[in-house]
Amino acid sequence: MAVTVTIPTALRQYAGGNASITLAAGSVGQILATLTEQHPQLGKHLFTEQGALRSFVNIYVGDEDIRHLQGIETPVPDGETVSIIPAIAGGV
Amino acid sequence: MVLSSLSNEEIRRYSRHLILPEFGMEGQRKLKQGSVLLIGTGGLGSPLALYLAAAGVGHMGLVDFDIVDESNLQRQIIHGTSTLGIRKTESAKMRLRDLNPHIDIATYETQITSENAFDLMRPYDVIVDGTDNFPTRYLTNDASVMLGKPNVYGSIFRFEGQATVFSPKHGGPCYRCLYPEPPPPGLVPSCAEGGVLGVLPGVIGTIQATEAIKLLTGIGEPLVGRLLLYDALTLRFRELKLRRNPDCPVCGDHPTVTELIDYQQFCGISPEEAHRDSTIEITPIEAAEWLRSDHPPFLLDVREANEWEICHLPGAVRISVNEIAERMNELDSAVEMVVYCRSGVRSARAVDLLRQAGFRKVKNLAGGILRWADDVDPSVPKY
Repeated sequence: MAVTVTIPTALRQYAGGNASITLAAGSVGQILATLTEQHPQLGKHLFTEQGALRSFVNIYVGDEDIRHLQGIETPVPDGETVSIIPAIAGGV
Repeated sequence: MVLSSLSNEEIRRYSRHLILPEFGMEGQRKLKQGSVLLIGTGGLGSPLALYLAAAGVGHMGLVDFDIVDESNLQRQIIHGTSTLGIRKTESAKMRLRDLNPHIDIATYETQITSENAFDLMRPYDVIVDGTDNFPTRYLTNDASVMLGKPNVYGSIFRFEGQATVFSPKHGGPCYRCLYPEPPPPGLVPSCAEGGVLGVLPGVIGTIQATEAIKLLTGIGEPLVGRLLLYDALTLRFRELKLRRNPDCPVCGDHPTVTELIDYQQFCGISPEEAHRDSTIEITPIEAAEWLRSDHPPFLLDVREANEWEICHLPGAVRISVNEIAERMNELDSAVEMVVYCRSGVRSARAVDLLRQAGFRKVKNLAGGILRWADDVDPSVPKY
């Protein structure tokens, strides 16, 4: 019973250098809570001080933005991928 | 609309397009009639401008206010050693003229702002975003939506890229549907700070060029409502769904942002921050004198290990800015300290963190190693 969480380049330094992390299935909220327990530094990059998901960090379950699903209540079935996609602005 | 005709010379030049059944004479004439505004002639702008000019896009506008620097040439392939030190728009125009004398090229040596954005964009069919910062990306987005023009978006960081087409005409979402708000300044590093694989903008820029050509000719299926992700390290492309947000303040059903705003402010960059407190800054010349004195300050380098290997100042100790919070106990708040990085941005952040933690004797080396090399020691390499 596991799901894969992909960590973008920009945040890997806060996740022990991992490009992906395997965690137990559950809701997006539960999975992110376990993730930030294991990697506390990641927390402030994903959540505001009030505990809300930051608006420049998108979370996808499969290829769908959780804003169009059930937000952090979205269930993540076994074998599915959760992607963290932060805004990047580079171009030159 | 009557499409312009092609001369025999143009027919010879574009023959590989003309024999594509999907393209043909009509597609090529649409390109000749078409116009594209490129915002930025840097990493993304270089392959974009080269391929769009080569393809025969009849009218191209280039917006940039920067000059060509040696550190650009690792990826900005439109410029060259012979154009170092001149304006990027001029450098690009010379190269494009040589590549294709049949097209019009307009150059705008300016930064796009809320004041000039509409005037710059209005004459063009397609807008291409090849900029490098959040305020300009939100500005480009909002102005494109308000003018009803497609915005071909691409952005890069280290080994990763994103691309999509924001097109109100296709009913697609806009940048604000993807990211409603920008990150606070300093939380997401820029390419100058974080580095970028030179070939990466080549991949993302050519995807943007492909989309611009498809929009102008109307062939194929545009990259609307889909966010393309590219990871060079694993060489994987992925596609995510992108939907219009009905509550989007710009492209939603009841827009609340109906004119251009102050995008610096929107992105949290306050005028005070732009002119940082000078009392906690020290110039390289002052710092050099201090370091030579009988009571030199402790020198803290907050860059990454690979940057330290390129060069570092004698006597410095390195703790990455990302580790400062955890490793603060290794530092002595009673000791006078000068903090430096490459350009002075990360060290300013480190100084803020240290000051918040009660370190009062900390100063930021203004302009970082780059200015140190200019003002104190020219043997230090600039990178």
